[in-house]
Formats: sequence, structure tokens, C-alpha cells
Amino acid sequence: MYNLIGAGLIVIGAGIGLGQIGGKAMEGIARQPEATGKIQTAMIIIAALLEGLAFGALFLGK
Amino acid sequence: MKVATQTFKFYSLVLMLFVSAFAMAENTTDPVQNSGGQVDTKDKVDAYILHHIQDSHDFSLFSYTSDEGERKHFGFPLPIILWTSNGLRTFMSSEFHHNDDGHVVVEKNGLKFAKIHSKIYELDGAAASVAFDETHHATNAHKVLDLSITKSVVGVLIIGLLMLFWFTGLARQYKKRQVPTGFGRVLEPLVLYVRDEISRPNIGEKHYRKFTGYLLTVFFFIWFLNLAGLTPLGFNVTGQVAVTACLAIFTLIIYTVSGNKDYWMHMLWMPGVPVLIRPVLAIIELAGAFIIKPFSLLVRLFANISAGHIVVMSLIAIMFTLKESLGVVGATGLSLVLSFFITLIEVLVAFLQAYIFTMLSALFIGMAVAEHDHDHAHDEQGHEVSDAEDVRGDFI
Repeated sequence: MYNLIGAGLIVIGAGIGLGQIGGKAMEGIARQPEATGKIQTAMIIIAALLEGLAFGALFLGK
Repeated sequence: MKVATQTFKFYSLVLMLFVSAFAMAENTTDPVQNSGGQVDTKDKVDAYILHHIQDSHDFSLFSYTSDEGERKHFGFPLPIILWTSNGLRTFMSSEFHHNDDGHVVVEKNGLKFAKIHSKIYELDGAAASVAFDETHHATNAHKVLDLSITKSVVGVLIIGLLMLFWFTGLARQYKKRQVPTGFGRVLEPLVLYVRDEISRPNIGEKHYRKFTGYLLTVFFFIWFLNLAGLTPLGFNVTGQVAVTACLAIFTLIIYTVSGNKDYWMHMLWMPGVPVLIRPVLAIIELAGAFIIKPFSLLVRLFANISAGHIVVMSLIAIMFTLKESLGVVGATGLSLVLSFFITLIEVLVAFLQAYIFTMLSALFIGMAVAEHDHDHAHDEQGHEVSDAEDVRGDFI
């Protein structure tokens, strides 16, 4: 039971983090369209790291 | 023309292999398998999905219960190779008759084997079936070293052979003309993409050539296996921890072996920070390099692909679980629409995970071979290190 709640909390946190990453990347791209490629690369890397954490939580909660 | 004939021959061979699979329909009259009938309860769906996620000893394409109550299996058996306490034993998986709960016991040269949840046990002495104690350890049997050609191994072999065939063919074409033909035209832009967008910017102009081969191999290996997992053949190779762990260990070995003086110095005795903090940093850096980085690589790929398979199969299972409340047409329509679109997303995920694994491998290798030195970062030549590379190197 508690592990499910913990996993849920971690996924909520990861969701907030992903939203932040996506939103900020959008802002950055809107401000500097010429840096789109670099921003996207960095964005995907951070998103991947965060996603690894979220999936780890899912497997703990299973 | 010669290449075209060869290609034709090769594809007909592959086609024949799969067609022959349908000739190997097999009936089981095991009472345990017969009692169930259709898969229409939540428990059975759960069991079916978990069974799919695991590796299996036979290549089962589909199975159904006929009107006479017989369980019919379509697929082909695979060789089981066991290293037991008494030497090597080999037999075909068909001898287990698709039994996965230890009821069928196979006897080979005086040794008895039973298969429970895709794990093969060797029975001790006169035992007739495997018995478990409370902690789920077998009391009268033990596990053997299982070197079988399982379904995942078949997947790896097929994709490996296809890659060998496609990429050697692509490489050979450049000897005759500048532009590749056929399937090579699909592969060439991807090869260039991995080289120019992943390998070169992350590893650096000086060293990238040496590592591009590994990165290309790992990229296409993961991508093709992910795509094979979306076909009805039902591979789940990149969703096996053993496979992703092996790939992560390759990356670990490569960046550990090719790490230069600066890399080890920054790991073990970080310059530019107070001496008292240096041992603490060394512990963190060592844990990062040898545990966290490979672990994050392996968990990400494994979890993404497994979760993707679970989601697709759960959505397909909607047509069984919601049959009562939505009606047959409603449940089937809902599951069709949902699983169609989630499968499209999975096609994207298949590429993205291959990209991310390759990207992070390139990044880790790049950090190990980077030649910038923070003590001399602002020397009189201006020291050419691009911003993106520097920033990326810092937060991982």
C-alpha cells in the first residue's frame, strides 16, 4: 500500500519536472529559434534521466 | 542484378521460415490447460501479460481452444541446452508440451527436468514433481545453468544476421557507386545522423571515429529489436534486464578503458576544490561512473520497453475485460482505437530509446576522452570547447 503511494508521489514529481522541462524548452526555443537543436538535445537528455527515475518508481511500486 | 537475386533468395528464406511455423500446430490435451477456456478474466489477462514480458523457451505465435476443448498452439519449438550437475543435456522445448507449471517432467539420460514459470529445474532423485517451501525455494529440485536458445536469443540472432546482411551490403555498394540502392537508401541517412548528430558533437572531432562503430551498432541493434517487439511475433528482447544490462556493461567497459588522464584525475582527485572535499567527491564520482550511469542506462531501456508492451497488451485486453459492460462491439472498438494509437506512440518510443541509449553512451564516452582541463580553461589560445558540450558534461 505505502509503496503504491510513494510511487504515485514520485510519478507526480516526475510529471511536474517533465512539464517544467518542456515548458522552459518551449520558451527557450521561442526566444532563440536558432538554438532549437541544442535546446532539444539537452531537453531530451534531462527528460530521459527523469523518466528513468519515474520508471524506477513504477517498478518499486509494482 | 546479382545483388537483387541474392536479396530475393534471402527474403524468401526468411519468409519460408515463418510460413513453416504455421505447419507446426500442436495439440495439447493437458487437463490443466483445458480447464480455462477463453481468456476473459482480469487474472488471466495479468498472467498472460506477465508471461509475454518474460522470456520463453518456445516460440509461440498464438494459441486457442478449439470446439472440442483441445488447446491448439501455433509456433515452433526451440532447443533447450542445459548444463547440469552431470554434464550437458539437450532436447527440444516441444517435449514440455507448452506446460509451464511443472506438471510435465522430461527425462534425459537419467536426469529429470520440469519447467515452472520459464525456469527449468532438475529434480533430485526419485522426486516426481517440484515441491516448494514457504519462501518459494524448491525443496527437492535445483535450478540448472540454462544455455537454451530462447525466444529472445532467436530475436537477437535474427536481428544480428539481418544487420550483418544489410550493413555489409550497404558498405559493399560504396565500392561501385556513390549512392546506395534499395534498402541502403533508408539506412544511409540514419548512419549519417548517428555519426553527425550523436557521435561527433558529443565525443569531439578528434576521437569520434574510433567510437562511431560501437554507437552505430548499439543504435541499430536497439532500434530494430524495439521495432521487432511491436510486430505480432511478440519479441520482448530489449525488455529483458539481461540484454539491457549487457549493453550497459559494454558502454561501461568502453568509457572506463578509454578514459584518459584528465578523466581519472577529475574522478579521483578533483582539482580546484578544497582538499577535504576531494575524497567525498571521489566517492560520489566513482559511484556515478560505475553504478549510477550503467544502472540508469539499463533501467531506462528495460523499463520503457516493458512498460510499453504492458500498456499495449492491457489496451488490447480491454476487449475481454470490458466485454460485459460495453458490449462486444463497444469493447473491441475501444481497444482497437486505443491500442492503434498507443502502438503509433510506441513506434516513436522505439526510436527515442535507441537514440537516448546511443546519445548517453556517446556522452559518457565523450566525458571520458575529453581533453579540456579546467585549470587551463582560460589560457592564451582561448581554448576551444563548445558551450553545449561543456554544459552537458556538468549535469550528469
